[in-house]
Amino acid sequence: MLQIENLEFSYHKKKTPIFNGISLTIQPGSVYGLLGKNGIGKSTLLYMMCGLMFPHKGHVTLDGVEVRHRYPETLEKIFLVPEEFDLPAISVDAYVRRNSVFYPHFDREQFDRYLADFELENVKNLAKTSMGQKKKYLVSFALATNTPLLLMDEPTNGMDIPSKSQFRKVIASGMNEQKSIVISTHQVRDLENMIDRIDILEGGRLLLDRDTADITSHLRFVKGASEADVEGALYSVSTIAGYSAILPNPTGEESPLDIEMLFNYAIEKPAEIERIFANPVK
Amino acid sequence: MQFKENQTIYLQIAERISDEILLGHYAIGARIPSVREYAALVEVNANTVMRSYEFLQTQGIIFNKRGIGFFVSPDAKHKIKEYRRNEFLKTELPRFFMQLYTLHIPMDEIDSMYREFINNLTSNPSNQES
Repeated sequence: MLQIENLEFSYHKKKTPIFNGISLTIQPGSVYGLLGKNGIGKSTLLYMMCGLMFPHKGHVTLDGVEVRHRYPETLEKIFLVPEEFDLPAISVDAYVRRNSVFYPHFDREQFDRYLADFELENVKNLAKTSMGQKKKYLVSFALATNTPLLLMDEPTNGMDIPSKSQFRKVIASGMNEQKSIVISTHQVRDLENMIDRIDILEGGRLLLDRDTADITSHLRFVKGASEADVEGALYSVSTIAGYSAILPNPTGEESPLDIEMLFNYAIEKPAEIERIFANPVK
Repeated sequence: MQFKENQTIYLQIAERISDEILLGHYAIGARIPSVREYAALVEVNANTVMRSYEFLQTQGIIFNKRGIGFFVSPDAKHKIKEYRRNEFLKTELPRFFMQLYTLHIPMDEIDSMYREFINNLTSNPSNQES
């Protein structure tokens, strides 16, 4: 549905480009985890996916239509929850009246349910709420618009611990076969079991773009192991509970993916990651 | 849900549902929650929960009625125990044997300990497995 082809972009002409040929397809039915170091271009990529920014070269199309044209038919299919934003000094009802009209599949009942889940029913003035509450509010609205494409930039930032758990429940229940969700995040622990495709942005390229099941069929993740157990590890760290490591996985035995460790390994040894995942998915 | 570190998530969820069936949480023949409901409950991606359900289905523990949902099979409890028995024999017993071997513990010592263990269990009915 959303197709990104050979994206090139730089903020300053003389500096090294922030994107140097990025291609990516966003398919319905999956939650994408967009990972990368600070300033690597995660937010920029999300902005290009929804037509807020334009690439210097390459194309972003949604169902075959260039997103940059910002046609209403395109914009009604996308919702972006930015990392930082303000909400107007109006009531929840007024906000819904003004904004829901742009989204033909907006569902008020669903929205009220999410607000109840997040314990946000009694908000009178949206501007006078904390950042965490604003986030929860906009995430609820975003999911209730039922746009096929939902982009969220660091959604759990500013949320307290119970809200993060609630956030996972809301995403899990608000997800379906027609939707795709792209979440950029540093808080991988918050979303570890929510993500089913990992995209790592590094050095102007997509270093990795794979389903989690595909990753764990290539790599085996172990925790609390002895030194002997992690012999031949591709990457390992020593913790109080023993060694945590990434090992080759010749038998294809599945293990629980540790996104943080995968990310550190990918950033430390990008060439190895590219070699391991060089072959196209069968 | 608190996940264990070294077992893949979808199998842990399948184990949890199996426990719930054994405990009578979901009766024989009853509908279990939808994939999305269960995903929200354990805060895990619906695709992962779908894999758990597919796994339970291939084990004959649950079955799918198209368009209605997933139901607990008539012989689910038996199937769960059968699966756990096989898993135990396949993965845990070799580890146990390895310990016996490296610590030089003779099998007849284990045999008498096991008899004593069973004796204690049967003389104290509160310990008995239902």
